[in-house]
Amino acid sequence: MSAPVTTVRTGTSAARTARFVLGKASGMIIVLLVVSALTYAVFVLLPADPAQLACGRPCTPERLEAARGYMGLDLPSWKQYLLFLGGIFAGRTFGSGATAIDCAAPCLGYSFRLNESVTDLITSRLPVTFSIAIGAAVLWLVVGVAAGVVAAIKRGTVIDRAVMIGAIAGVSAPSYLVGLLGILLFGFTLNMVPVSGYVAFTESPLDWAWHLVLPWTVLAILMAAVYARLTRAQMLDVMGSDFIRTARAKGLTEQRVITRHALRNVMIPVITLFGLDLGGLLGGAVITEKVFSMPGLGALLLDAVGNFDLPVLVGVTLFSAAVIIVANFLVDLVYGVLDPRARA
Amino acid sequence: MSLDHDIVGPVASMKTSRSSSTLLSRLRRDRLAIAGLVTIVVFVLVAIFAPFLSSLSGNDPYTYHLDALDSSGAPAGWGGGISAAHWFGVEPLTGRDLFSIVVYGSRTSLVVGLGATFLAMLLGTVVGLVAGYFGGWVDTVASRIIDVMFGFPSLIFMIALGAIVPVSFPRLVLLVVIIGFFGWASIARVVRGQTLALRKQGYVRASTALGASHGHILFRQILPNLSATIVVFSTITIPATIGSEAALSFLGVGVAPPTPSWGRSIGDAVTWFSVTPMYLVFPGVALFLITLAFNVFGDGLRDALDPRSRGVRS
Repeated sequence: MSAPVTTVRTGTSAARTARFVLGKASGMIIVLLVVSALTYAVFVLLPADPAQLACGRPCTPERLEAARGYMGLDLPSWKQYLLFLGGIFAGRTFGSGATAIDCAAPCLGYSFRLNESVTDLITSRLPVTFSIAIGAAVLWLVVGVAAGVVAAIKRGTVIDRAVMIGAIAGVSAPSYLVGLLGILLFGFTLNMVPVSGYVAFTESPLDWAWHLVLPWTVLAILMAAVYARLTRAQMLDVMGSDFIRTARAKGLTEQRVITRHALRNVMIPVITLFGLDLGGLLGGAVITEKVFSMPGLGALLLDAVGNFDLPVLVGVTLFSAAVIIVANFLVDLVYGVLDPRARA
Repeated sequence: MSLDHDIVGPVASMKTSRSSSTLLSRLRRDRLAIAGLVTIVVFVLVAIFAPFLSSLSGNDPYTYHLDALDSSGAPAGWGGGISAAHWFGVEPLTGRDLFSIVVYGSRTSLVVGLGATFLAMLLGTVVGLVAGYFGGWVDTVASRIIDVMFGFPSLIFMIALGAIVPVSFPRLVLLVVIIGFFGWASIARVVRGQTLALRKQGYVRASTALGASHGHILFRQILPNLSATIVVFSTITIPATIGSEAALSFLGVGVAPPTPSWGRSIGDAVTWFSVTPMYLVFPGVALFLITLAFNVFGDGLRDALDPRSRGVRS
């Protein structure tokens, strides 16, 4: 896990920081490679044949063979994987001659069903998922941490109990159920907000936000529940520690003790979780997008699932994995900044 | 072998029995946790006696009742067709009895939830024990694998797998395997940490000195001390696995019709809930209640076992 304690600490702090970052980065690249190989293996080994699906009817053996050759499926699977990896860095070409299809780098595969490269599909859907994730994330972080801190300070009071009961209900409620009930109440019954669809930010920022209010709120309420529980537990833990007693003994105001001393320590695990959750959401807010009919990455994935579009399935899965792994890496870096002990 | 058992065994078992009695008395004072436990027991009984319960209303979850629908395919009558014959109303388009679907749905939820949790705990405990006990390169490799598992976009992966595995493969088994396989990383991490600490305890060292085998130490000395952790983790993992089954079924890649599943009913309700909200409400409330019950009970259990975390909810 961590370097042995006996390591002689040499070099400047800049050199040590560089070593920390490089170590984490190489770990990230290894995980990325392993995950991509595993993903590819799982999907290639399973008995779904993209050529069969793309070959059309009547599907003569010759046409099937041609389709397989065109897509590169006649090659051994390890070669297919290397070609796939190569495509990410250098782009690749399917077929040859007049019917060749060019897939520019970074090529995550090509959907023969939609006649579009997976990379283009992902970039066209990403703004939707990004919009959902960012707005909701800001909301849930602020609401969750605030609720957790207040509950911890007012420990044992009615406020504390109300926050905690609300939080455990929020943790237990499935997002699609709350989302659908939200649509029913605020959309259909009260007619306050639009219930589905997405308007691009560049088209009309106001409409953009207006269409996202409900998904943001639903996601944020449920996620805030998790953060309130975590923040409260951490806060109680930290407030009982020695350095808080010292800070109080120094005569600092309670407000300063909480904001300057306690909160800094509380935020470390909160930020860790936040990075992972945000990464996971950016990789596809599948459920939210389905409930609110938003054409994001998750909707792209569900679409591919419904049509057995294997290249899209593989591409989107790998993209999501990469987003989560990079988020993990960034969290590790932030962790190193917030908590110098982690840099050892 | 018998010697070290005589020395260590009774001491260890005495310790567990005493802590479990204080555990029960602590738990008994936590009214919320008890309410959670009672709810869980009720759901388990409903699942076991599902055929009996649904026959009380003279229904089963598979028979079509087209006469209970109006011309548009929506349930006829108030509240989604609630009547003496159909206590929760009927399903749109098919007229299947919603009460029976909800009652039988508890079987799907509990079987997949408990099965996947068991698998996750088994995998996680074995990996954590081996990594923490043997250390060295075994630990390095295991810890890396755990890291990789945390880096997996589990939901995306589960959806993709649910979609491409052939329909001939039994769906419930598939769901248990998929959900269980993606759920073992966190328990493995915790078990590894605790095993690392336990390995250095006096009684473990004494056993090693007396020549006890690795198997004996792992399963007789260390594992019993991990049981509390594993029980708490199981309790808080069950609502997550139940939620995963429901989410996958909601998205259309989980349990296939006509097997009742709350998640799938909620998914089907998406196109109907503005016409007949009750079709959304009954399975939704059932899913929410069972998840809440396990979460509340799990919280209580954790607080009872670890007084230091009492602050978390009391």
